[in-house]
Amino acid sequence: MRYPAFLQRIADRADVQPARVLTFSINGQDVSAREDETILAVARENGIPIPTLCHLDGLSERGACRLCIVEIKGSPKLSPACVTLPRQDMEVITNSDRVLDYRRKILELLFTERNHVCSVCVSNGHCDLQALTIELGMTHVHYDYLHSQHTVDASHERFSVDHNRCVLCQRCVRVCDEIEGAHTWDVMGRGHLSKVITDLNQPWGESTTCTGCGKCVQVCPTGALSEKGKSVAEMTKKRQFLPYLKLMRGEEQK
Amino acid sequence: MTQTIQIKPITRIEGHGKITITLDETGAVLDAKLHVTQFRGFEKFCEGRPFYEMPSLVERICGICPVSHSIASAKACDTILGVRIPKPAKKLRRLLNCGEFIQSHALSFFHLSGPDLALGFNSDPSARNVFGLAKAHPSLAMDGIQLRKIGQQIIESCTGKRIHPAWVVPGGVNQPLSEATRDFLLSLVPEGYAIIRRTLDWFKGSLENYREEIRTFANFPTLFTGLINSEGNLEHVEGKLRFIDSKGAIILDHLDPVNYQEYLSEHTEDFSYLKSPYFKSLGYPDGIYKSGPAARLNVCNGCGTPQADQEWAEFTGLERGPVLSSFYNHYARLIEILYSIEIFERLLNDPEILSPHVRAFARNNEFEGVGVVEAPRGLLIHHYRVNEEGLITWANMIVATGNNNLAMNRGILQVARRFIKSDKITEDALNRMEGLVRAFDPCLSCSTHVIGGSSVRAELVSYDGTILDTTLS
Repeated sequence: MRYPAFLQRIADRADVQPARVLTFSINGQDVSAREDETILAVARENGIPIPTLCHLDGLSERGACRLCIVEIKGSPKLSPACVTLPRQDMEVITNSDRVLDYRRKILELLFTERNHVCSVCVSNGHCDLQALTIELGMTHVHYDYLHSQHTVDASHERFSVDHNRCVLCQRCVRVCDEIEGAHTWDVMGRGHLSKVITDLNQPWGESTTCTGCGKCVQVCPTGALSEKGKSVAEMTKKRQFLPYLKLMRGEEQK
Repeated sequence: MTQTIQIKPITRIEGHGKITITLDETGAVLDAKLHVTQFRGFEKFCEGRPFYEMPSLVERICGICPVSHSIASAKACDTILGVRIPKPAKKLRRLLNCGEFIQSHALSFFHLSGPDLALGFNSDPSARNVFGLAKAHPSLAMDGIQLRKIGQQIIESCTGKRIHPAWVVPGGVNQPLSEATRDFLLSLVPEGYAIIRRTLDWFKGSLENYREEIRTFANFPTLFTGLINSEGNLEHVEGKLRFIDSKGAIILDHLDPVNYQEYLSEHTEDFSYLKSPYFKSLGYPDGIYKSGPAARLNVCNGCGTPQADQEWAEFTGLERGPVLSSFYNHYARLIEILYSIEIFERLLNDPEILSPHVRAFARNNEFEGVGVVEAPRGLLIHHYRVNEEGLITWANMIVATGNNNLAMNRGILQVARRFIKSDKITEDALNRMEGLVRAFDPCLSCSTHVIGGSSVRAELVSYDGTILDTTLS
């Protein structure tokens, strides 16, 4: 729950509102966590790997990609670790065959929706999606490709968006809203026909809210958002700024 | 009744092709055609892509000569940027191109045509391949593999990748050459010279064995075209275009290849996905011209490097006018390898090659760009139009192999008439026809990058013109 700023400051103080600490297990390993931490956060604190795509340290969680799914004993469905909070004595499995199989399938389905031909992509070799295929051992796509045709919007002076490469992780939407405060990006449409848009679906170059800061380009996991003029495999993303920006914002408000 | 004989697929070439021979009622060869049965669609799917992606995108046309495509494409993009690229970048692109000519020509000569040349066109077909070559002439096969390796090492050392490197970019190249790499590349030169000298000596000594092939492999008068530098010497990367006629007279000289549409036109035949470019003012099909290794040596005034110049003088002395037989493409390829090694060595000894100033930056300032280079197989033209945002709206590519389409078709007819004596295709005749196609070293997968046209058909036609049977293949 969020309070008005003056109350939130008090609510955030651990000595006034101590978060309850609970214990549960991940892959049989006992771990302890604050009740407001996600399973993903606890797993990472304990050095237990869970793959993610839409998650980015410094941004709010969205649960968009479902690659962080884990098994929770007693629950028939798989739950995304990034938006699931642990409960006392919960038993979480991150690496069962079922989980690994579904993760790979989800990744394959991402590839069927758009054009992710790495060899001619600006982000080849520096791409989160590409890295995931290696991490999850994806060798083939076992589903039919949709071959959907999307456009490239290169109307912005410095950046371009190639919707063919987009995985709809919404990192751009979140960084623009939460860090830059412009909320230029949003999503329209449904299902695999969804696409990220600038303002009210007008060309990026004509957006009145875009400040041209480029944070969206830096956080984009694939070659969907890139700097103009970068040739194939030249687009490397710099994301170190995000934790610093978060920290400094927090200090300013105090 | 006419009879149709099909040869499918043609082996030891890059890509897939098919030959159809039509016999008349007396059993004599009436017509022969080369069908290119692949379809790629590059010109169409490049539309809508950012222009700075093009050098890497079009590289995928071919795995043998991606460097040629990337340089032609980058030159077209340089024009779209509206920049003059730094001199070291020009030199580095040329250096890379030398590597490609060495490896591509070595592949054609040793791996693809070597079995015919060293074992004989009549030799046992089951052993007439690169493995048979390695058994019968191990040193020749090793030379071929080693020479191709040198070419590939040049490409890998400059770019980090042997195939489909993303090093050549609009505005120049994306990494300068390090001193260590330069020194390593220089160390490859002596072996390159030794191999090519040995091979030239062997091949020149064996020319006598191929008298029939020389006489029939597309040996007829055509125009020739190729790039030349300001002194009229052999040129692969920059330069202007020259056309000569079959007697050797210069028809057009120092043409800016950017204006290729003024003198070249493309014709589409419904039997092949490969278009047939022709010299515009002579019309179709009289505007037949040849491009590629022998054509380049025919049009230039010399090579401009000492060793290759000597070989060039010997080559042009083969005939009174231009060398007409396409069989001599094999010979010309060896001379061009020698030339490429010499240029390569010259560039490496130039201190400017290590300059870090290798790229010009700009946004799209022009709406149209044409890039032209000599690819190993002939003239290569990339022509793009972009919109305000820098996205491709239209692309046209005339790929090296296409230039020789008319000559290949007519050449197959010539070989068929000489070697086909009955309604059966003998092994001899078959391999001669394939050999003719190999002499052009066509890259059929490269050349069919266009969209449109009908599918490939084989037709059985009676002498009165009624179609007895049609197959889609």
